[in-house]
Amino acid sequence: VENVRLLDRLSSRRAVVGTLYLTATHVIFVENGSETRKETWVLHSQISSIEKQATTATGCPLLIRCKNFQVIQLVIPQERDCHDVYISLIRLARPVKYEELYCFSFNPKLDKEEREQGWKLVDLNEEYNRMGVPNNYWQISDVNRDYGVCDSYPTEVYVPKSATAHIIVGSSKFRSRRRFPALSYYCKGNNASICRSSQPLSGFSARCLEDEQMLQAIRKANPGSDFIYVVDTRPKLNAMANRAAGKGYENEDNYSNIKFQFIGIENIHVMRNSLQKMLEVCELKSPSMSDFLWGLENSGWLKHIKAIMDAGIFIAKAVAEEGVSVLVHCSDGWDRTAQVCSVASLLLDPYYRTMKGFMVLIEKDWVSFGHKFNHRYGNLDGDPKEISPVIDQFIECVWQLMEQFPCAFEFNERFLIHIQHHIYSCQFGNFLCNSQKERRELKIKERTYSLWAHLWKNRADYLNPLYRSDHSQSQGTLHPQIAPCNFLYKFWSGMYNRFEKGLHPRQSVTDYLMAVKEETQQLEEELEVLQERLANLQKSQSGNNKVKSKQQDRSKQFGLYTSNNSLANTPQEYSNDLKSFPSRSPSQGDEDSALILTQDNLKSSDPDLSANSDQESGVEDLSCRSPSGGGCLPSEDSGKDSDEAVFLAG
Amino acid sequence: LLRSSQPLTGHNRRRCPEDEKLLGTILDEGERGFIIDTRSAQAAKQARMSGGGTEPKSSYPQWRRLHRALERGRPLQESFIRLVEACSDPSPSMDRWLARLESSRWLSHVKAALSTACLAAQCLDREDSKVLVHGAEGTDTTLLVTALAQLILDPSCRSLRGFQELLEREWIQAGHPFQLRCARSASSHGRGKQEAPLFLLFLDCVWQLSRQFPFSLEFGEELLLVLFDNAYASSYGTFLCNNERERSLCKVKESTHSLWAWLEQPEERQKYLNPLYLHNPLVIWPSVEPQSIQLWQGLFLRWIRPSQHLDEAWGEIQRLVKGN
Repeated sequence: VENVRLLDRLSSRRAVVGTLYLTATHVIFVENGSETRKETWVLHSQISSIEKQATTATGCPLLIRCKNFQVIQLVIPQERDCHDVYISLIRLARPVKYEELYCFSFNPKLDKEEREQGWKLVDLNEEYNRMGVPNNYWQISDVNRDYGVCDSYPTEVYVPKSATAHIIVGSSKFRSRRRFPALSYYCKGNNASICRSSQPLSGFSARCLEDEQMLQAIRKANPGSDFIYVVDTRPKLNAMANRAAGKGYENEDNYSNIKFQFIGIENIHVMRNSLQKMLEVCELKSPSMSDFLWGLENSGWLKHIKAIMDAGIFIAKAVAEEGVSVLVHCSDGWDRTAQVCSVASLLLDPYYRTMKGFMVLIEKDWVSFGHKFNHRYGNLDGDPKEISPVIDQFIECVWQLMEQFPCAFEFNERFLIHIQHHIYSCQFGNFLCNSQKERRELKIKERTYSLWAHLWKNRADYLNPLYRSDHSQSQGTLHPQIAPCNFLYKFWSGMYNRFEKGLHPRQSVTDYLMAVKEETQQLEEELEVLQERLANLQKSQSGNNKVKSKQQDRSKQFGLYTSNNSLANTPQEYSNDLKSFPSRSPSQGDEDSALILTQDNLKSSDPDLSANSDQESGVEDLSCRSPSGGGCLPSEDSGKDSDEAVFLAG
Repeated sequence: LLRSSQPLTGHNRRRCPEDEKLLGTILDEGERGFIIDTRSAQAAKQARMSGGGTEPKSSYPQWRRLHRALERGRPLQESFIRLVEACSDPSPSMDRWLARLESSRWLSHVKAALSTACLAAQCLDREDSKVLVHGAEGTDTTLLVTALAQLILDPSCRSLRGFQELLEREWIQAGHPFQLRCARSASSHGRGKQEAPLFLLFLDCVWQLSRQFPFSLEFGEELLLVLFDNAYASSYGTFLCNNERERSLCKVKESTHSLWAWLEQPEERQKYLNPLYLHNPLVIWPSVEPQSIQLWQGLFLRWIRPSQHLDEAWGEIQRLVKGN
């Protein structure tokens, strides 16, 4: 469609005119300007919602909201074209078959072997071995080899030595979705472990011998402690409500030597609403500080992040300081359980704070243990009530930790943002489907590429210059404070305002320091070479020669950084009073102009879902988001591959 | 950029030909200037009842008046006290923390101060217009705006030396009444009527700039903390008294040492330099969106949260930049 205008999120004056293309995998907007011809690519998978707004004199507005928080506002001149685009996007953004997804057509021009190698980069067997299992206390079990016991679990799980196949099968029958207790993390130093499962089908009084034996087996696998913690990550009310449905939680009277603990993390519906409310705050026009803080508090988002973090801290402490094993579960053991286990592992083991280790962590606790990527992140069109920012929350926990411990992580913020981006992008096959079983059935590894290989190839972009493996922060357990810790949680504008470049510090300290580090390294290498030469020369001659040493002008090297300050050069619109002057020079960064909201779609009140379990889909009105101008800025990883063939949708 | 105090228009709408002439000569023929009044329009109008007021359009036709209400005095002190109390509250609830942060309104004041300074800077830089800033007395919010505007506009104010000179000029010599304003800080029960943390608000705004432009200030957070400390209690005479006249009467220059002299010493100076500093000749325009303004943890959580990990990070940055 030609003559489409792309609006800047906050300034209707700053529209650019161009042509809109729809392909099988992307929406592409190409600017008309002769020199720049800037392109904006958006993957259909990233599209979260499309809104057709009321036609105005200038055309028909279309608002596209993305799962990576990019917001794009287009104005299409003809109503008919707009309608066509709208209908097409609706269909394209809601694929019905996996084959429609980008990963099946994405072609990075690698051969079959490279593709295979890419998938082998993360090897979970290696990981369990690194942890120290199998050993005297833990064994690998193939009881689930054909997914016969639990179809959302991997084929290979680690269980205590004393857990026979009979016990495992019996326990699985007593657990929601058959997700029996299995090993997530083993601590070599003191034999304490983190195990995970789903809720027991205990109702009010049901018991299962094998399940009780399973927990005993976990306890016995840690001779250093005579009890285990059982942590239910749900609020007590939810768990109790589940009892009425024949599920529930472990009764301390029935299970010998357990200490039971609730750590109330809310369910997926509450989290979905929380994120939505927070994004609404982000879309406010010229909010005051009070509007923002009030909106942030009202969303409850940081409160939930802290709850997940606190749970991880509790478990890490239990393992590291008390030497006690922990069994973690929620309802189905694939959301909050995954979050909490991976946070705890990250705190405990510095390996997971390396780039490779982090990939391994996600593969282990999220991918292999059957987190429902498809349902949660909408690979395919499905039930909107299954959508929830579960892994987003985990990723944010990691970011919050990085802010508190800047030297402790080998990777940087960009790494996290790109991972989040690709969880939704479906450009790679790692995060498709709901389980290992489904992925194998679809032959994902033979037909798509691995994100990890892609990130690993570009790892220089993802390094944290402050990380040193021998630094005190990168050793051992991380101890974030709990008690007065609230105010250490920051709003992650790098993620939720990712595409609003004017909001962020215009100068990247990370990039600068990486460049410094590289240069220092190069200089040191050069110095070595020169010293060698000098030594050789002194050996072979009598020392009459002068060796010229090369001096590098450091400041010149970083001239390119000062030129980036052009971004620093554009004022926001600080005042409406100056609007009468033609004051603004066309450049990036103006985002604060007063664009009046056309309408405020009133939000319907959300029924309180806190008492429902995860199982119940329940009736829930999804709030409408208030419309606002969409801005389009180049995404760092727009998914555009220059070699890729672009074919237009028929 | 000019500063003054309010014109004594009074309820009689007095005129002063000398004042009008002065402001008239500043502008060229046909040129327009801006007056940024740091009081709300209503407050400025009410000031006439007590002998103050604003410049009426008829008498100052070339000047256009803009009002930007900036908090000062007792309400600002209350805001400060509420924030400090919120920070020391051991209550672990996130909701309560955010509620208290919001109700303290401290960050709103930071946003307002930065916005107004940016407005002044914009008038100068983008509109090529002269700007006169005043509030009531010209000793509080006026200085906040003019000093910040210069930091934004002028790279020489962002060097360590230039910043010290800016402070000397725009705060000390301009007559910010330090002795009255920085007597007790947040915890004291004494209710000094003149107590107000304008200087701290200024330092907070400078910190926000340093966070948004990490390469553009030659000095770091450490310096800002030292200045904060010394404004309230100091071994040096730099922040004593309320104006140059008092300092002269007290013979401050003859009987005390200067903070600047101490900071000039090489060993001291080293501590306060920003290892990331790269001279930036351009104007730095900060974002005043709420997401861009953060709580100055280094000051408000200074004694509450261990800074070990962040200090280590800074140490690492210094190590990297100095090339081992």
